[in-house]
Amino acid sequence: MVVCDNIFYHMSIDLKTVKHISKLARISLDEKKAEKLATDMNSIFEFIEKLNELNTDNVEPLTSIAETTLRFRDDKITSENIREKILKNSPEKNDDFFVVPKVVE
Amino acid sequence: MSEITSLTLYELIKNIKEKKISSNEAAKSFVDRAEKSKKINAYVTENFENCLKLSKEFDDKPNFDLKLPGIPIAVKDLFCTNEVRTTAGSNILNNFVPTYESTVTQNIWNEGGILLGKLNCDEFAMGSSNETSFFGNVQNPIAEDLVPGGSSGGSSAALAANLTPVTIGTDTGGSIRQPASFTGTVGLKPTYGSCSRYGIVAFASSLDQAGPMSKDVKDSSILLEVISSFDKKDSTSIDFKRNNYSSELTRNIKGLKIGIPKEYRVDGMPDEIEKLWKKGIDYAKDCGAEIIDISLPHTSYALPTYYIVAPAEASSNLARYDGVKYGLRSSGKNLIDMYEKTRSEGFGEEVKRRVMIGTYVLSSGYYDAYYLKAQKVRQLIKQDFDQAYNKVDAILTPSTPSSAFKIGEKSNDPVSMYLNDIFTVPVNLAGLPGISIPAGVDKNNYPLGLQIIGKSFDEQTVLNIAYSMEEKINYKNNITDWWMK
Repeated sequence: MVVCDNIFYHMSIDLKTVKHISKLARISLDEKKAEKLATDMNSIFEFIEKLNELNTDNVEPLTSIAETTLRFRDDKITSENIREKILKNSPEKNDDFFVVPKVVE
Repeated sequence: MSEITSLTLYELIKNIKEKKISSNEAAKSFVDRAEKSKKINAYVTENFENCLKLSKEFDDKPNFDLKLPGIPIAVKDLFCTNEVRTTAGSNILNNFVPTYESTVTQNIWNEGGILLGKLNCDEFAMGSSNETSFFGNVQNPIAEDLVPGGSSGGSSAALAANLTPVTIGTDTGGSIRQPASFTGTVGLKPTYGSCSRYGIVAFASSLDQAGPMSKDVKDSSILLEVISSFDKKDSTSIDFKRNNYSSELTRNIKGLKIGIPKEYRVDGMPDEIEKLWKKGIDYAKDCGAEIIDISLPHTSYALPTYYIVAPAEASSNLARYDGVKYGLRSSGKNLIDMYEKTRSEGFGEEVKRRVMIGTYVLSSGYYDAYYLKAQKVRQLIKQDFDQAYNKVDAILTPSTPSSAFKIGEKSNDPVSMYLNDIFTVPVNLAGLPGISIPAGVDKNNYPLGLQIIGKSFDEQTVLNIAYSMEEKINYKNNITDWWMK
């Protein structure tokens, strides 16, 4: 992909890029799935490229459709004793903590 | 009296209030019919026993002042329900049992509704045919092997099959209106900020909105009145004066101006859709509305914009599924390996595709070219509507570019699947209310819908136009119960 004068030209997404993105997305992919995804993503991006037709230099991005300023709330605890509830769905647990595979050797 | 399960919500409430039907009788009827309708695959999780028990409790101590007095209701499995499994149609949430309740469903229970069960949907609401669900395809009650639309496909199917008197869905790009159109039912996406997103499994937060699905327009007005509320727990919930939608419902739409956007006449649109639209325009005129040609010049950019914004937000929202605090966990050599395997085994193909697209468009060096660009085009799409609404009160379009298709017909071509939402997506991008009402059938006798789009917070006008046109159209679904034979 080359960006010049605020117009971008899409170049096809290769297998290497797909594998890099899958690392960023933390989704493991085998070779066959990566190839299929590359094909799918290319056809989707070809379709997305249509946006290049539009000049948007002086357009404000729309970040939120709800035209309100975000509300503040008091910094107060509103729930109590929910440890059990929070831990209830953890895939591997003891009484007090979430458990993950060892991270420090 | 006709069968309990074929009554509209309004009729059912009336019968319960007049003590002609008890809540428990109603619950039994829906449960019995569901037991004979397993082939539809509408339910992911049944709550039948509990529903029968609670309906009995209601009958013992009835409160007829409630808006949904003892009414059994099944809901899309995207709403978190306290102590009832909530899967979002995904393997990664297969065993997830929420310890809290979504605001929208809580509003329903507060008004006397009783949970029948959780309805199938596309995985994380990503799909237009219910085929991406981990829990299998859903049959459209209209005909065998026909998709019920999506993502609220279990909801539309359950409704059309008379398994629930009304239901709720969520709509990010058309997920209420398109399945309603495919099943000959009514589906309303309210204004963004009208119904709380609290406790709804998140897909694309700037687009997601819950809404009613029903057999007729009046029922949607009753349900909207219950579910629409200001909620402090949703930072984008909007505190505006909500109407008493059902009591203010009127068929008098004389003098209202309805816009017809020329850009919705897309290439390759089947003749039947064009004819349906023309018929719709005539009905609107018959109802006393004034028809005005309008232009929404950026319409064709809506889908490409959507397919940047929605996956970007989805990739961010779905980052939470890491196998640590809840949901599926696969075993891995180390923490990173565990994350990668969990997400690979837990997510289906379409979800992975969208997370990948979203990660790509947000990744370093691409953000401005894709995400920022899409946000700018989104602004242009919204401005199109703002300008149109200087001239008109509402807009009339077809709901979908085709009728329901066969299961498997489009599942290998993501772009052709995405094109289903061509008429519904602009409405989400602009945050507007939109309703789909059944308006006719195609050559196969499959239902087709018309969409009425309103101004922000003007659900009442949308409902009134729909209510008025519904009477003229006089559409009736022809459901043969083929799945029971």
